[in-house]
Amino acid sequence: MTQSLLRRWILLLPLVSLVLALPHEALAAPGQPGILASLLKWTPLIFKGFLLNLLASVLSMALGTLFGAFLGLAQISPNRLVAKSAWAVTQFFRNAPWLVLLFYTVLLIPFEIGISGGVIPLPDTAKAILGLALPVMGNVSEIVRGAVQSVPSGQWESAQALAFTRRQTLWMIILPQCLKRMLPPWMNLYAVLTMATPLISIVGVEEAMTMTRAALAAENRSELLVPMYGMLLVWFYLYCAPIAAWTKRLEMRFGVKA
Amino acid sequence: MTWTADQPIVKIFDVHKSFGKTEVLKGVSMDVAAGEVVCIIGPSGSGKSTLLRCINALAVIDQGSVQVEGQEVHDPDLDQLALRRKVGMVFQQYNLFPHKTALQNVMMAPLHVLGEKRGDVEARARELMRKVRLAGKENHYPGELSGGQQQRVAIARSLAMRPDIMLFDEVTAALDPETVKEVLVTIRDLALEGMTCILVTHEMGFAREVADHVYFTDHGVIVEHGPPEILFSQPQDPRTKEFLSHVL
Ligand SMILES: Nc1ncnc2c1ncn2[C@@H]1O[C@H](COP(=O)(O)OP(=O)(O)O)[C@@H](O)[C@H]1O
Ligand SMILES: [Mg+2]
Repeated sequence: MTQSLLRRWILLLPLVSLVLALPHEALAAPGQPGILASLLKWTPLIFKGFLLNLLASVLSMALGTLFGAFLGLAQISPNRLVAKSAWAVTQFFRNAPWLVLLFYTVLLIPFEIGISGGVIPLPDTAKAILGLALPVMGNVSEIVRGAVQSVPSGQWESAQALAFTRRQTLWMIILPQCLKRMLPPWMNLYAVLTMATPLISIVGVEEAMTMTRAALAAENRSELLVPMYGMLLVWFYLYCAPIAAWTKRLEMRFGVKA
Repeated sequence: MTWTADQPIVKIFDVHKSFGKTEVLKGVSMDVAAGEVVCIIGPSGSGKSTLLRCINALAVIDQGSVQVEGQEVHDPDLDQLALRRKVGMVFQQYNLFPHKTALQNVMMAPLHVLGEKRGDVEARARELMRKVRLAGKENHYPGELSGGQQQRVAIARSLAMRPDIMLFDEVTAALDPETVKEVLVTIRDLALEGMTCILVTHEMGFAREVADHVYFTDHGVIVEHGPPEILFSQPQDPRTKEFLSHVL
């Protein structure tokens, strides 16, 4: 089913972008290259930027998932203080605007850090990835907490009665049951994150959005605006829509709602 | 003071327990001898589950004493895990681990809690599956088994820890009438082998058949207790009479 859906998208979307581009084709001034020709010319550059978006999405997700998993487990700690602090941190990063977090991270972290004599440079891209990882962390933390708490208390109880320690119970009995429940919301989060990666253009990362703007500035032709941004939209759509479809299928299979 | 088998294996004395403002146990005392089968009956909400849970320290008591093999369960220095290795418990809702097969459910605790060798554990687990009459279902997941079958896996899982005492909390209450019997037969076999069993049950016929001693609880106190032939045929307290008139 996913296969046929995917094929339909892949056929549909270039068509959509063509429809977007065609009315503008007529607008190309005499003596200038056609719109499609201009798009093709800039495609390699913009696509390189797009790959950076994808790289940022993968790295932010990995980092955010790692931190978020720890934070989520801290939220269910039997130690009240740990649980409360983890809850507060989670709420803070979940409810802060992504862009503001991004600015903060980029501004607050120095451009290089010295560790035992050596100096490690921190490029803006690395800082931006960290900036996006923070809201991911908050959201993953909630996903973990929610999934663990959705396991019936009888599971904890029977494990306890069998003399499993709390840690064993969590790792051998509770978390394995949660993984399935966590997967759909986690994938959903990844799609949202990917769509948010153009934000990092604002802090100077040369991703697809920055490249598109640069191309448009170089061409200085207003009729290129809609087709070029349209092309970007199509790329993001082609990448994210299958993830959304797959998430939906998993949700149905596991009988959970995101 | 060392415990010897001629002393009560479970000794409960004047136990009080509250949840918030509601006092659920109001001074309960009970002695259980090794090898004895004790049934606790009483209306729902009278504190039967809470009493069982105090025996393996799943619930903490406010006052009084619970001793298992001479050791105070609520001593802060007590190794709770050591206690729970000696006291098995089976619940109304089975609570099997759904991501593990029946055999894995039975093997998990001996492997990871007792740290025994896989070969030994597996042999014992297969033997236990036969004992609860579920040979052939080893590789089924809990979701593929009937309620009665799941409950028997739960019993095997508990027995795999080689406990000295077994607690059963209304283990047939969630089952279809047809499957109740297969679970009761399993428990009766255990009782006949000399396992110390404390069971909360609504199956009066079964209590009468297997119990050495029956306790009737109401509103957090033990109203009356005695051998089944006496408690069931000549109840003294009006509350016991009232309860039995509904369930017999
Ligand atoms: N964890 C708990 N928190 C609050 N109240 C509880 C808890 N467990 C049991 N109770 C209350 O204690 C009373 C006795 O419960 P329980 O021991 O389960 O009775 P029984 O097993 O005889 O039906 C009930 O009123 C119940 O609502
Ligand atoms: Mg109960």
